[in-house]
Amino acid sequence: MITFEDVTKRYRDGTVAVADLSLEVPTGAITVFVGPSGCGKTTSLRMINRMIDATSGRITLDGQDVREIDPPTLRRGIGYVIQQAGLFPHRKIVDNVATVPYLLGWSKRKARARAMDLLELVGLDPGLAGRYPFQLSGGQQQRVGVARALAADPPVLLMDEPFSAVDPIVRASLQDELLRLQSELRKTIVFVTHDIDEAVKLGDTVAVMRVGGRLAQMAGPATLLTEPADDFVREFLGRDRGIRRLSFISAKEVRLRPAPSDLATDEDGRPLGWRTANGLAAYGTFTPETDSLRAALDAALLSANGTAVAVDEEGRVRGVAGRDAIDELLAEYAPPASGGSGEGSSGDGSSEEAPA
Amino acid sequence: MTDEPLVRWDWIARNWANGGPTAISALLENHVVMAFLPVLFGLVVALPLGLACVRWRWLYQPTAALMNVTYSLPSLVLFSIFLSITGLTRSTVVIPLTFFALAVLIPAVVDGLASVPDAVRQSAVAMGFRPARRLLRVELPVAVPVVLAGLRVATVSSISLVSVGALIGQGGLGNLFIDGWQRQFYTPITVGIVLIVLLAVLADGLLVLAQRLLTPWSRARRTA
Repeated sequence: MITFEDVTKRYRDGTVAVADLSLEVPTGAITVFVGPSGCGKTTSLRMINRMIDATSGRITLDGQDVREIDPPTLRRGIGYVIQQAGLFPHRKIVDNVATVPYLLGWSKRKARARAMDLLELVGLDPGLAGRYPFQLSGGQQQRVGVARALAADPPVLLMDEPFSAVDPIVRASLQDELLRLQSELRKTIVFVTHDIDEAVKLGDTVAVMRVGGRLAQMAGPATLLTEPADDFVREFLGRDRGIRRLSFISAKEVRLRPAPSDLATDEDGRPLGWRTANGLAAYGTFTPETDSLRAALDAALLSANGTAVAVDEEGRVRGVAGRDAIDELLAEYAPPASGGSGEGSSGDGSSEEAPA
Repeated sequence: MTDEPLVRWDWIARNWANGGPTAISALLENHVVMAFLPVLFGLVVALPLGLACVRWRWLYQPTAALMNVTYSLPSLVLFSIFLSITGLTRSTVVIPLTFFALAVLIPAVVDGLASVPDAVRQSAVAMGFRPARRLLRVELPVAVPVVLAGLRVATVSSISLVSVGALIGQGGLGNLFIDGWQRQFYTPITVGIVLIVLLAVLADGLLVLAQRLLTPWSRARRTA
């Protein structure tokens, strides 16, 4: 666990980058620092591995004050992914990934074998190992950056706007990949971004920071969306908070009823459309096991008759859910009355202070 | 003198390797040594000085100014200054040319290190490199293309400037020009020019080859 205790960073010219920051970064989860530029999120991140030293306050890593640890030694035990990857242009991909193992004195053979495993882990073709960074696309370089950060299997990973320089489609796939990796690796990840959608998608906990380096709110993404602490957070979260929040509710609990006879299916039981006098009409599908309530609602809205079609992993019809069934679940997950806590899966509610 | 040809091959044949100090081959050898020593010395001095200029930024402006003033001095003036110190020796040519090489190489080292992308430097810090290792393993290798570009300029200009040393009898192939002018005899002049140009082209070609071999990682990016 990483803790910030009254951490302040004041520069010589008097600018305060981070002010009295106190928070806890839980072990094995993704904590996102998000906020507009100048909110001190990157400074906060860099104080963890001492690329920047705090002016006052204390940052501890599993109970030990980071300032008691020699910086290079500290850094070799913490993975770091930088914006634009920051790969070494003169080193082949395999050697880029093996950087920290080399620094730790591993043999070349062992370090490279480890690097090859990691390339595979992050979904890169091992055939790229012998290439130089300039021969890779931005998205591939960023994957190499993640592999490099993981090379010595550090328990903590710091990610500084790692996906902000790639196009939206590549960014989405890198985000999905990170979530997949994290479900296997369970690292303690601190992720910095200015993109609130990215924060809400990736974070188990989201710390919203405001200009001047103050923590505005720290909570689970669903709580953040339903109970923003103040106008700043509300504005920063943007539109459609209610809808976006539905992404955090599983569609598993949607009450299904058997498919009615006017739902046309093919011989394998896959939906074809709603029978009407004028032929087949549009339908929307969702998969209860893996989709969110947002997807179920979306499916209902896409259907000509407002009824969402539930399908299994193979796309076969399992039943249907009308708006009534979706409404039922919506009511169950309605935002609590003021002062109440959020749903079980999210963080500890909102306050200026970090959750204890 | 009007019907004197540009080249008399028989003169070249007789003077290529006549065993004496004025043989063309001996002058060529001299020229090579006097052209390369300044570049070599320049590089040896420019590396630490350039690093110092990067480490202590305030050092760079005065150093660059001093080097530029030196570069603007006619080589002949520098040769005369050193003539009174080192006499009619090679050093009188090599030392001033070292200063000229420095004027090109110090900025090349400084610009080379400045060409290291910030993300690369920062990720090296974040990976846990200590400063000396970061310099040797990351920053200097990444600076190589820019430093080599400076080295090419320094080498070619050094090859050409050596000939001015002929005025104090230490000009390598430049001595052929004096000889030719004094006798109104074109052949040595032609031979001198052709050999100096060939030498420059050859040296530059070797440096380009070295660059290809040393920095395979920057080849495509350069042409892109």
